[in-house]
Amino acid sequence: MILSKLKILTTLLFFFFSTIAFGAGDAEKPISKSWSFEGIFGTFDRASLQRGFQVYKEVCASCHSMKQLSYRNLAEKGGPEFTEEQVKVISSKFEVTDGPNDNGDMFKRPGKPSDKFVSPFLNEKAARAANGGAYPPDLSVIVKARADGADYVYSLLLGYEEKPPKGMKLEDGVYYNKYMPGNKIRMPKPFSKDGVKYADGTSATEEQISADVTTFLMWTAEPHLESRKRAGFKSIIYLLVLISLVYLVKKKIWSRIESKV
Amino acid sequence: MDNTDSKSNLDNSIKPVHTNKVGGSPFTGVLGWIDNRLPIFRMFKYEYLDFQVPKSLSYFWSFGGILMLCLIFLIVTGLALGMHYKPDAKYAFDSVEKIMRDVNYGWLIRYAHMNLASFFFIAVYIHIFRGLYYGSYKEPRQLMWLIGVIIFFLMIATAFLGYTLPWGQMSYWGATVITNLFSAVPFVGEAIVNWLWGDYAVGDATLNRFYVLHWLIAFGILGLVIFHVIALHIVGSNNPSGIEPVDTRDTVSFSPFTTSKDLFAILVFFLIFVAVMMYAPNYLGHPDNYIPADPLVTPAHIVPEWYFLPFYAILRSIPDKLMGVIAMVSSIAILGLLPWLDLSKIRSCAFRPIWKQFVFIFVLDFFILMYVGSKPAEGVYVLIARIGTIYWFLFFLVIAPIVALTEKPLPMPSSIHEYEDWKKQGKLKTFRFFGSK
Repeated sequence: MILSKLKILTTLLFFFFSTIAFGAGDAEKPISKSWSFEGIFGTFDRASLQRGFQVYKEVCASCHSMKQLSYRNLAEKGGPEFTEEQVKVISSKFEVTDGPNDNGDMFKRPGKPSDKFVSPFLNEKAARAANGGAYPPDLSVIVKARADGADYVYSLLLGYEEKPPKGMKLEDGVYYNKYMPGNKIRMPKPFSKDGVKYADGTSATEEQISADVTTFLMWTAEPHLESRKRAGFKSIIYLLVLISLVYLVKKKIWSRIESKV
Repeated sequence: MDNTDSKSNLDNSIKPVHTNKVGGSPFTGVLGWIDNRLPIFRMFKYEYLDFQVPKSLSYFWSFGGILMLCLIFLIVTGLALGMHYKPDAKYAFDSVEKIMRDVNYGWLIRYAHMNLASFFFIAVYIHIFRGLYYGSYKEPRQLMWLIGVIIFFLMIATAFLGYTLPWGQMSYWGATVITNLFSAVPFVGEAIVNWLWGDYAVGDATLNRFYVLHWLIAFGILGLVIFHVIALHIVGSNNPSGIEPVDTRDTVSFSPFTTSKDLFAILVFFLIFVAVMMYAPNYLGHPDNYIPADPLVTPAHIVPEWYFLPFYAILRSIPDKLMGVIAMVSSIAILGLLPWLDLSKIRSCAFRPIWKQFVFIFVLDFFILMYVGSKPAEGVYVLIARIGTIYWFLFFLVIAPIVALTEKPLPMPSSIHEYEDWKKQGKLKTFRFFGSK
């Protein structure tokens, strides 16, 4: 009785807060895709994460940094789960500036798993100079930094249209994207069909590439998502049992005086 | 003769002193030995085991305990976060990400702290509503209510300061907008703002001092909560009937009755909290706060946290900046005047049919203001915010005193146990959303 009332209350509360929308502008509502990482038991699709990393490395990373991640993260549980050996190979392909050495000089060396992801540009100014004045945002937490999260990022990647609607003028280096607030984006369409060659033979359609890289970006934003959901489920079951027991105890205690009245 | 006179005068002025008060403990053995020298066990026994509370308390009365627990969890998680966080404009955002990624269970501690802040406010709003509906602010609980209002002010301050710490876009721009409010103070406004910032713009110095103040005020709250509870143990709990208990037919002892009941309520509240924290940890936050602070890019809409929205709506409903700030601050401070504005001798809305309607409209007003506070200040939203603001002040300044003088209360039982009987016989139409007992 009381529990159901509380449930109603929380549902109402949630309904209320869900109406406090933070949406902006004239962008279309993002595609609502069902993701493997959604829901109470959500987990990442390992193969998709690995493909997504490939897309990030071959496409996104030429302009976007990912400062919060280290190569070692790629081998951690709950992520793409590359083997330690694979991660060593992946990281060694990057050139890292280290130092100063004993002579006081900076030097270049191959990357190690403990290194942070190498950024494509030295600083924001360099990034802007190379991108016609636009600054490609860091992608570490991009999924959490956008309303509608993964759905939005996925939609944005698919939302390019060759020609803007009539009456809309696009300046040089600006593209039309129906999901971008304001519909104008400085990032060119990042890939088309077969823009990446997947080693596992997955057909690289635009939808597949977008879904894979979005899954990867969800993981980079929320690397502990799997353990969080597992812990969440366990603690809720634990609490439900505890609550039932405490409720019985409470009932028993209060029956001492209720019978007297 | 003179000598004896002065001697007897001296004798009269001699009184026994009690510098040594050892003894009187209800405990024996080691507990008694300690308790005779430091009476903490007897205090605990009197105030938390034998303490008599009205039998008719509903689950609304569990929110005090819930709040206490929230505060303790906030301090504990905050302490853990503080060991890894760096209050530096250059490193703050990254240090939070480090907590989320590399610190053992850092994600759990940070999400707990973040969401607890929201749940602290959910609980405090229910707690304040309880006080409003059942007249808990009236004689003899005015001081307790006043301390509560001050605690609420400090909660707002510390929540605002805490929100700036991750140094995301909303942190930065929220801090900019709110601190700029002080520039509305005549003559010294600019100076005050610069003094608050420690600089000529929100920046590193601001973040550093906000971190210190976030801590300081949190412990200020803890201190005032202790006063709030001490006062409670002097004046006793109000209850849904609003009638003071007279004999043991009206009361139960705090333990095991209240403790078992509060434990149940706390766990249910905690269950909802855990569900939100584990499955929608960023739901109550704003996505823009995952974008590192950038003084050169203003977000499309600067929105405060959800729990500030009603007061934000009041602030924006007034076109003049200074008057807006005054309205916002007084919309909360006016709660403290309520004991002297509502002079009705009857506490509980159960027996105040007219006042009850206005209280419900006030709650509705709160939610409406919250909604318009989340919307841009334009068009119809401004009008709704203004009507909402007018009702807010009317409720306290006009409706409360007039209703108190003119309302005809419903017939009342003479005691709490009679109230309970009436309830069982269905003679009462009380507000029973949270059940009773």
